[in-house]
Amino acid sequence: MPTQIDVSNTSPRRTSSAKQNVPADPSHKGQDKALRRTGPLDGRIAVPGGLSLTVLPPASRLSLRAPAGSVADLSAALGMDLPRSPKTSASDGKGRFALWLGPDEWLVVDEAGGDLVAACRAVQALHSAVDISHRNVGLLVSGQGAANAVNAGCPQDLSLQAFPVGACSRTVLGKIEMVLYRPSADSFRIECWRSFADYAHAFLAEAIADASA
Amino acid sequence: MLLIRCPYCEEERPELEFRHAGEAHVVRSSDMAEISDEAFEQFFFIRSNPKGIVFERWRHLHGCARFFNAARDTVSDRFLATYKAGEPKPDVSKFAADAGPAAYANVPPAELNDREGGAKQ
Repeated sequence: MPTQIDVSNTSPRRTSSAKQNVPADPSHKGQDKALRRTGPLDGRIAVPGGLSLTVLPPASRLSLRAPAGSVADLSAALGMDLPRSPKTSASDGKGRFALWLGPDEWLVVDEAGGDLVAACRAVQALHSAVDISHRNVGLLVSGQGAANAVNAGCPQDLSLQAFPVGACSRTVLGKIEMVLYRPSADSFRIECWRSFADYAHAFLAEAIADASA
Repeated sequence: MLLIRCPYCEEERPELEFRHAGEAHVVRSSDMAEISDEAFEQFFFIRSNPKGIVFERWRHLHGCARFFNAARDTVSDRFLATYKAGEPKPDVSKFAADAGPAAYANVPPAELNDREGGAKQ
């Protein structure tokens, strides 16, 4: 049975008289039922239900920009077909994947730490390849309902219809920019700049606690 | 929240990913040093600012980062069309039926109820 709490600032000693003076306003009916004493740590779960936030190990990263005519040569050099349609990604199955960011822009990540700039060096076709391995930090939100946690700060539709497995997009998380990639139905890889990593981690930790509650 | 269709990402995205970037189709002279002060003023400072349908540049800053153009209704704040940079202005008359309040923008107050051409009592 919930304890009754007086919403006004009257002291407990005066509560009874104050209550008698409350006019019979229909809009206040049932208010006592809705009131509930909440403890300072209510809703917190020490181990959130199945959701986890992992800081991913360092990886090689490449910011790649190239016109359409250079894509075939770069694909051959990187060992996978660079994605050409919006919100899609490609992977070589060995920890290297390319995320479509724009019509002429990709983020290539190699979790094995391979030298991506060296792989592109031999390509004669016009392109710009910049090593950004240390600019980004990778975070992984995984577990059932991971989309809810990411949606705490990301306004995109993350349902499987709109954002299927393998989809990726540069978007926002709270007040920072991130690159979001969905390697499986219940996990999201978040790539953000290292100076934003503290914010992203704190934001997602709280989002996971909220999504699990 | 507005959903804005990015012509490069080919889908609607939330407005938080976008930035407004001024009026579209403002052509910069190819010989800037030769144009008159009046022509420069016209190019640099003077914007149309109509009540109704405007053509604007937008940038999908936190997405594909591309600039594109949009036709927007300043009365209802609706995006009527978005199209890639460099493409010609879409035909405004196509939107007129769709434009809602914009179709009545700049109409004198006395004529505001004369909407259906004869529906006035």
